[in-house]
Amino acid sequence: MRRLDHAEAASRFIANEKHEAFHDARLWDLRKKRDRVTHAIPEWEELRQLASDIKEHTLTHLADYLEEFERKALENGAEVHWARDAAEHNQIVYDILSARNTKTLVKSKSMLTEECDMRPFLERRGVEVIETDLGERIQQLDDEPPSHIVVPAVHKLRGDVSAVFARTLGSEAGNEDVNYLAETQRQTTRPYFLSADAGMTGANFAVAETGGFVVCTNEGNADLCASLPKLHIASIGIEKLIPKVEHLGVFIRLLSRSALGSPITQYTSHFRAPRDGAELHVVLVDHGRSGRLGMQDFWYSLKCIRCGACMNTCPVYRRSGGLSYGATYSGPIGVIIDPTFDIRKYSNLPFASTLNGSCTSVCPVKINIHEQIYKWRRIIAERNQLPFVKKATMKAAGKLFGNPTLYRAALSAAGSALEDLPRFAIYNWFNAWGRQREVPQPPPQTFRQWYIENRGQR
Amino acid sequence: MTISRDSILAAVRANCPKAAVPMPRIRTFDHDKSALLDRFRLGFELLGGTFVESAPGLELNVKIAELFPQARIICSAVPEVAGTKRLQDIGHPRELDDVDVAVVRAAFGVAETGSIWLSEKELGVIALGYLAQHLVALLDPSDIVVDLHEAYKDTRFITATYAVLMTGPSATADIEGVLIRGAQGVRSLSLIPVRRATG
Amino acid sequence: MRVGLFIPCYVDAFFPEVGIATLQILERAGIDVVYPLDQTCCGQPMANSGCQAESAPVEKLFVKNFKEFDYIVAPSGSCTHHVRAHFDAIEQTSEVKKVRASIFELVEFLHDVIKLNDFPWAEFPHKVGLHNSCASLRDLRIAVASEINEPPFSKPLNLLKKIKGIEFAAPDRPDECCGFGGTFSVFEEPVSAKMGYDKVNDHTRAGAEYIVSADMSCLMHQKGCAERLGLPIKFIHIAQILNGARE
Repeated sequence: MRRLDHAEAASRFIANEKHEAFHDARLWDLRKKRDRVTHAIPEWEELRQLASDIKEHTLTHLADYLEEFERKALENGAEVHWARDAAEHNQIVYDILSARNTKTLVKSKSMLTEECDMRPFLERRGVEVIETDLGERIQQLDDEPPSHIVVPAVHKLRGDVSAVFARTLGSEAGNEDVNYLAETQRQTTRPYFLSADAGMTGANFAVAETGGFVVCTNEGNADLCASLPKLHIASIGIEKLIPKVEHLGVFIRLLSRSALGSPITQYTSHFRAPRDGAELHVVLVDHGRSGRLGMQDFWYSLKCIRCGACMNTCPVYRRSGGLSYGATYSGPIGVIIDPTFDIRKYSNLPFASTLNGSCTSVCPVKINIHEQIYKWRRIIAERNQLPFVKKATMKAAGKLFGNPTLYRAALSAAGSALEDLPRFAIYNWFNAWGRQREVPQPPPQTFRQWYIENRGQR
Repeated sequence: MTISRDSILAAVRANCPKAAVPMPRIRTFDHDKSALLDRFRLGFELLGGTFVESAPGLELNVKIAELFPQARIICSAVPEVAGTKRLQDIGHPRELDDVDVAVVRAAFGVAETGSIWLSEKELGVIALGYLAQHLVALLDPSDIVVDLHEAYKDTRFITATYAVLMTGPSATADIEGVLIRGAQGVRSLSLIPVRRATG
Repeated sequence: MRVGLFIPCYVDAFFPEVGIATLQILERAGIDVVYPLDQTCCGQPMANSGCQAESAPVEKLFVKNFKEFDYIVAPSGSCTHHVRAHFDAIEQTSEVKKVRASIFELVEFLHDVIKLNDFPWAEFPHKVGLHNSCASLRDLRIAVASEINEPPFSKPLNLLKKIKGIEFAAPDRPDECCGFGGTFSVFEEPVSAKMGYDKVNDHTRAGAEYIVSADMSCLMHQKGCAERLGLPIKFIHIAQILNGARE
């Protein structure tokens, strides 16, 4: 699998000036809104610590909580399935659907189903799948993955959406009015809600105490998916478990404030048991999570509640767009998760970061994201996944910086370039630096030379 | 299926980090319990809810006709409002597709966020709260709790098969961050403070 | 107390005036300060590229040069953080641990250790935009980052406020990373440059004549951007202002 080149994708994103400017401004606005509401809560930092502790407690007792959840869910009349990986998940979902002759499935947003690449799997087998979240629907119709886990089409301007809808839904070409576009999606999706054979949701939280799960949306589309068809399937990653209902008080207070700067989503929906005359199926999915649990430095990433705050604050993400990461999970959380899916393909991602740490500061469950990014770099170097130029440069630099005589010899007042480095390394460095920046000019003397002259040898 | 289940649980147990973190205690946050209705209203309106002033003796059927003069089909889950479509007659939830206005009574409200709580009991048919074009909710002001921590102590979260904390109408800002009210669910959520009938 | 002065490699090579100002301000405060002549680099470029093994000889050399001092002072937040938090390519002897515990960034040292409160020799009658490097801000915590809900404080601001004539401009995004990020500036050049452009434009719009920082690496990058953009904004290290530079 080819290594994904984030920098190259980013440069194309930045070249689209209008899109990049909007994308950056929009997500920074979400970050500012987040600051405003969080600063209004005196106990905010305490809530973050509580959430982190609840998650770490749950993850360090996960098997027990999973069993408790399953027990309660079964008592409630739900069916519980277990999927080791994406393929198993997709097969389980398909088997449930095909046993009931499902022709159409309406679904709400679920990054897990994206991760499993479920839609094409079902579509190839004759199930029509309709994304009902507005952002996800736009992306589905445009045959493009979502770029942000909370606002999937944030990289598009209204003109782009208008073009997609005109092409695929027959809406008025050139009509870019956002109300018109949203109403178009409402009117064209509604018939699917009414006629679909099955509905599918993800889950933000699964509560062991009740065997129930929680889905947070602003559109109410998850509730429509769950309350109309006679079959509701919920795909839930095993890391979504929390022990008790009372813990939801902490997480629901943190989630939407972190994601969008609003105190709560319009709909916070709790599903515990099937409706009368209907079925509820829960699919618990591993797909690498149990593996990650065993990673001493990286298991903390499992605390993630998918709020997207790290993406909103990340200056690199805002200027490169989620699609430049080439993975379901982008931005800072993506950088620390994706290498577990494919270390070669995503070996570049931990370097698509300045290690500025803003992500760590906004994470509601206190994942030490930027520290994990730093640690991933070491793993990638150890596993031989660094690009040749970088590896060679660093090897040469290490030798040079480790030897003061060699270093001084290389560093001259006139040239100032580290002339002992291989030609291609210097060329690369100064060429890249100088593309959009002036190169610093070498002074007449280095500090060391000044010191010897003015303070003498000591 | 048991193979996968056992395999996953075994992997989780094998990989469990050694440091077992204890379950933390959530303290009671010292939140101001005064003027709950006012604070509820602030949060409710912030997320796009329509707060309807009421007075004792308010005739609800008249009020609803006043709020929604174009409404033809009204479906009520509360005894105070008659409506034109009866919930008992509904076979499949999709039959609620033509409802203009639905009326429900919230079990309680949350001042911190301006949310109302509804379960399958208050909705009658769950889809009523989402297929109707407009939703009207009655709320007894004495049923307002101060914050989400208080709300989640309510045992109905454990007994309800479906429960929603609903805050304002359906909304989205997925296109250029432009706020749209009435995305897929109800176009408006109106709240009328009305005491529960005793007995 | 004996203080060992650590001068980052890029300061030695390109901005010796920052090293000189750092030395002089410590001398003004009456500190016995020495610059070990055999120092080279803290090892960040290698370590931040994940090349831990390659940084071992550099770390060894650093400890050799600085082990005899009570304090090590560096005019760089990122180098200080690196030594404090990441110096683990070599065996952690008591000597190594001592060195790691003794390093302070200049502002930290002036503010917390020697508590230098007055700068009567200094005057800087200009409007400045303060830039805290992300390492100084979020790793060394020299100020409260805007994401965090804690009572505000800022060590660099506490020092700069004492300077006669100084005024402060308020950029729109005071805490946003400027995009230097070490090797990021080269390997992710498009994003790095865009971030730098945005940063210098922000400070320019806020009316700053100078951008001042405790990290010359950030300033080197921002200066390169501003000069390419043709912006008149100037760049100065906090040591230079505290030491009495007038411009």
